[in-house]
Amino acid sequence: MAERPEDLNLPNAVITRIIKEALPDGVNISKEARSAISRAASVFVLYATSCANNFAMKGKRKTLNAGDVLSAMEEMEFQRFMVPLKESLEVYRREQKGKKEARKDKDKKADSEEQDKSREEENDDDDERMEEEEQNDEEEVDN
Amino acid sequence: MAARLSENRLVSLPLSRIRVIMKSSPEVSSINQDALFLTAKATELFVQYLASYSYKHGRGKEKNALTYTDLSHTAEECETFQFLADILPKKILASKYLKMLEKEKRDGEVGEGHEEDEEEEDEDKTVGDSVGS
Repeated sequence: MAERPEDLNLPNAVITRIIKEALPDGVNISKEARSAISRAASVFVLYATSCANNFAMKGKRKTLNAGDVLSAMEEMEFQRFMVPLKESLEVYRREQKGKKEARKDKDKKADSEEQDKSREEENDDDDERMEEEEQNDEEEVDN
Repeated sequence: MAARLSENRLVSLPLSRIRVIMKSSPEVSSINQDALFLTAKATELFVQYLASYSYKHGRGKEKNALTYTDLSHTAEECETFQFLADILPKKILASKYLKMLEKEKRDGEVGEGHEEDEEEEDEDKTVGDSVGS
């Protein structure tokens, strides 16, 4: 599969937002600096992937898993990322589980009710339910 | 507390795009969903770290800015970011670069024995000159 050069870049708007959040308010970021950080981020992904892949191969696995990525971060001397990454992963896993269960419920409902109109409403309900779950999750994490 | 960005999403970078970059590595066969999420999240943390570190240690902040020079400085000075040195090279003035090329050419004509030493000297000089810019 041939990738065009742009596909290996990350969206400028998102990168800019992330940079702004890391700097004090009102700091200017030159276009050149923004572009450089974006390239650095892509290189970071490649480096992390390669490193994680080494761990997967050591474990004789063909699929990269969460542990491989975490090991890669340590190897690359980004230990400072470990705690936020692990916490984020917990929340992410719970969100994914919630979505899965919501989908199962949705299928059950659809079968028993047989109303196409209700599907749109269910999507909104799912989103609301997930948001509630997220809030509950955050409370647990703080404890 | 899992750090959320201001939009309150767990991760802002699109997982699909992160996946494309990861898959461009020939040795990688498949990527589990958690690994994909972690890589995206780690990349966000990395962007923040690179930006804040460079701003803190750079001279751009004298003008309330983050500059390219701040970044290339970080890549050169900080071991953790050294893997970026090739893609964030120090800038040199075009005139200096041309002079460097001319000198190398002249040295090449004089004799081979001296070449390597001369070139190294030039490189040091160039890097030293460009730091101020």
